[in-house]
Amino acid sequence: MTKMQNFLKGLVKENPTLVLVLGTCPTLAISTSVVAAFGMGIAATVVLICSNMAISALRNTIPDRVRIPCYIVLVAGFVTVVELVMEAYAYSLYQSLGVYLALIVVNCIILGRAEMYANKHGVVDSAIDGLGMGLGFTLAICSMATIREILGAGSWCGIPIPWFHDNPIGILTIAPGGFFVFGCMIALVNKITKGKAIKKKEFGCMGCMLCEKGCGKEEKQ
Amino acid sequence: MKTIFFVILTAAITNNYVLVKFLGICPFLGVSKKLDQATGMSLAVIFVEVLAAAVTWPIYHLLLDGGIDFTYMETVVFILVIAALVQFVEIVLKKYVPSLHKALGVYLPLITTNCGVLGVTLNNITDGFNFRDSVLTALGCGLGFFLAMVIFSGVRSRVEEATPPKAFEGLPITLVSAAIVSLSFFGFAGILTNLFG
Repeated sequence: MTKMQNFLKGLVKENPTLVLVLGTCPTLAISTSVVAAFGMGIAATVVLICSNMAISALRNTIPDRVRIPCYIVLVAGFVTVVELVMEAYAYSLYQSLGVYLALIVVNCIILGRAEMYANKHGVVDSAIDGLGMGLGFTLAICSMATIREILGAGSWCGIPIPWFHDNPIGILTIAPGGFFVFGCMIALVNKITKGKAIKKKEFGCMGCMLCEKGCGKEEKQ
Repeated sequence: MKTIFFVILTAAITNNYVLVKFLGICPFLGVSKKLDQATGMSLAVIFVEVLAAAVTWPIYHLLLDGGIDFTYMETVVFILVIAALVQFVEIVLKKYVPSLHKALGVYLPLITTNCGVLGVTLNNITDGFNFRDSVLTALGCGLGFFLAMVIFSGVRSRVEEATPPKAFEGLPITLVSAAIVSLSFFGFAGILTNLFG
């Protein structure tokens, strides 16, 4: 796999949000405004690149049995850095992201990539994978925010859009709208790929390795 | 007494973590297929959320916020505390209450990365709750999760039998039905302030 393919797979073929269905919480919660969604995407991308690089560099040092706590601490460290930087230089964005910024720590995309990719590949490859996956997440959350903001609030990035501004569908900006739009987007992906993309991983929960372990056990019982 | 109910019900219903605030969606979608699994997961969540809130509150106010300001470390410290706590609970249950461990054991490791647990501890600090309200909010959130899981597993068992358009099969139709369940919770908005206010 060339570096370009490695980068592109995160954007389209293995898009973390729409195909692997990981990290659903921030996708649903932050996608009410495009600006906040973009900020969330970039924050997660930065954390993902840093954590992928650190984990890949330390992959021979971290003992296998305690790797999950080690990953969590590394990720939490990077999240704190991003949090402090954002609080200092982009305070309004920091406020609109609220608790979801800190919750990047438990985002399945980041732990999932650490377990599925970074602990088996080199530093450069892991960084590229992180960049691709992060941008794929940004792309997905921004397109969902675009739909919800235009139809629900009648604006895009805060700029009012003529006809939609007078006829907003308010429900799309609250929680039920989030579930609904996300469901429709995944149905669209299903339609385009003829159901091939998502079937191989049944649920978002399974994609994440911690859950995979638990759910696997559960099915055996 | 009135405030106790108010705090619990606010966290459980009007601010339901799953359906209103989108925290803990993964287990909500993943483990809600069967009622018994949904119940087991929810009980484990209630248990860990209450314990986590009771442990992180003193840590924040006595250690991180006492004397030297270490509050920026809250995310790192809290996730470590929760991970350790989950391990600890699992070991204790295995040794002393094997029956409970059998019922909850499978779900416990999953809870470390449940956004709900970290979310409720962080929110308790941001909202400036005292110790009692923090624990009560955590209890309420857990109960709210339980409520959402039970309702949703019922809805899902009906949805499984339906035949939606092909593209909507599986996850998409589940999300759309979650939207409808979530809508029902918005019906409670404002009811508590009218009841207790």
